Amino acid sequence: MQSVFRGPVYVVRDNIDTDQIIPAQYLNLVPTIPEEYEKLGAYALCGLPESLYPVRLVGEGQLDTEYPLVVGGRNFGCGSSREHAPIALGSAGVKVVLAESFARIFFRNCVATGELYPCECVGRLCDELRTGEVVSVDLDAGAVTVPRTGQRYAIKPLGDVRAVVDAGGLFNYARQTGMMPR
Amino acid sequence: MTLTEKLLARAAGKAEVRAGENVWVKADVLMTHDVCGPGTIGVFQREFGAQAKVWDKDRVVIIPDHYIFTADSKSNRNVDILREFVRQQGITYFYDVIDDPNGMWRFDLAQGALKRQYGSQYAGVCHTALPQKGHTRPGEVLFGTDSHTCMAGAFNEFATGIGNTDAGFVMGTGRLLLKVPETMLFRLEGKLQPGVMAKDIILHIIGEIGFDGATYRALQFEGSGIATLSVDDRMTVANMAIEAGGKNGIFPFDARTAEYVEARTRLNGTRQSYEPVELDPDQKVVYELTVDLARLEPTVACHPDPGQRKLAKELGDVQLDRAYIGSCTGGKTSDFVEFARWLRGRRVSIDTFGVPATPEIVHELQTTRWGGERLWDLLVAAGVQMTENAGCAACLGGPVDTFGRMNAPLKCISATNRNFPGRMGHKDSQVFLASPATVAASALAGRIVDPREYLPS
Repeated sequence: MQSVFRGPVYVVRDNIDTDQIIPAQYLNLVPTIPEEYEKLGAYALCGLPESLYPVRLVGEGQLDTEYPLVVGGRNFGCGSSREHAPIALGSAGVKVVLAESFARIFFRNCVATGELYPCECVGRLCDELRTGEVVSVDLDAGAVTVPRTGQRYAIKPLGDVRAVVDAGGLFNYARQTGMMPR
Repeated sequence: MTLTEKLLARAAGKAEVRAGENVWVKADVLMTHDVCGPGTIGVFQREFGAQAKVWDKDRVVIIPDHYIFTADSKSNRNVDILREFVRQQGITYFYDVIDDPNGMWRFDLAQGALKRQYGSQYAGVCHTALPQKGHTRPGEVLFGTDSHTCMAGAFNEFATGIGNTDAGFVMGTGRLLLKVPETMLFRLEGKLQPGVMAKDIILHIIGEIGFDGATYRALQFEGSGIATLSVDDRMTVANMAIEAGGKNGIFPFDARTAEYVEARTRLNGTRQSYEPVELDPDQKVVYELTVDLARLEPTVACHPDPGQRKLAKELGDVQLDRAYIGSCTGGKTSDFVEFARWLRGRRVSIDTFGVPATPEIVHELQTTRWGGERLWDLLVAAGVQMTENAGCAACLGGPVDTFGRMNAPLKCISATNRNFPGRMGHKDSQVFLASPATVAASALAGRIVDPREYLPS
């Protein structure tokens, strides 16, 4: 399983809620319809106010992001139970969200869908990194490194949920482990 | 064990469970709606097969309520997807917008936003409709594809919001793997003063513990003050457990719970048997707070999150553009009654929108009379734009043509439950959460005020 993810980070602050991740007006899109899944990616994090986040996760008219790694502060993904939130990020091409802490349902939805790895940082990476900085996340080693500076930050182990995301979500995991018929 | 531990132990078929343990629990009811239902159905069919049947056609409850009164074609289509699935599965409880089981739902903009456009089965906002339609019972486990599913904790049940994938799993198996949450205990003592409402209790608590203060935890409410709280009040409090990050909120069972649940299950012909969970003297909790209800004052959660607590009387310099009353949290009959007490014989000074949560509430407001005047007419005479199209409406923004949606960077005081940036529409708008009384008084003043300064005559 892939353990190392490398690329530029997109940095947000505390309390990024599901309305900012995917504004409610786009919840008319059904994630299990393939073209609507693609479209959700175009809107990932578009609810962030431009005044605070002039650089957008996904460029105008694009479906995918240049930032495979999102860095957040406390309580990332708070708010609604909409699975559209981790799906929008995953559809845009985000592989890992590194946050100081996660809201419960968002964390669970990341794992159940297998869209992305929700990794808790030790400390506030969102204060240390700027959008565009290239970093390398190594899930096995539990570390984030910044090649430019040589800085290294610890992340907490994903534990049991790692295997579920590796498998591609709850159902794939259940089949691979014999909990459900293949 | 705590109430939550007892409920989950029973649902897991175990004598005992402890916080932190992962257990497989049996669902009693799975609820979904038009925003997450089509995706849940998509997951169910993808994983279990196109011909698969839901685990129990009497226990999957489908309530379209979010994006109903909009001309957005995808939103209309999503209601049609639900109808098609219900027909294919033979699902018993589907509260369709239209009466024709073979029809298609299309909202007609030309008729305007205020006049009723739903049929006889439509039930309105899922969390308010579930108890009204007899689907909440003490001692049960309710999963819903909506974070405010925790509202049903008012009825002494374990109720929590889940995503589409988990819901698809429940739809196929009737089970879900859950981590037993730790419990935080809130003792509510005494009685609220006039002008102070249940909403103020929960805004106070969220301000106290922070809006991630209950992440992964259960909020359990106890104390002598609970006897003074109506079923509606308890629903308001339990509804916002999620606004502190909570997994669920739960109340003890009492005669009021029994009376409500028994009346509703009988009226609707739903399952009438239930077994409540009782308080245990030796429960282990991770936090305790006593709230003296008599000392609470009208409270506001300021932009941009539900934890930004201030007293209404401290915010007099916040000028407002609009006021809004509605949603699961703040759109119940009792909310509108209190709202109307403040507005009777007066007139709002800013744009004010009223969206009852359910058609039943619309009916109650249109048939209740104060001194010969219908409550509904009293509100309209006070300048409130009242719509008969009960639903979630602008509480969560929704499609751009949604009634009451903020399509400009406005400031709104609202009886709803969430105020993150962009929640009610425009991402530079600001939402201040408050009780119906505080919303009413502020709508009169055009700025945030303590409703006790505007006591009804």
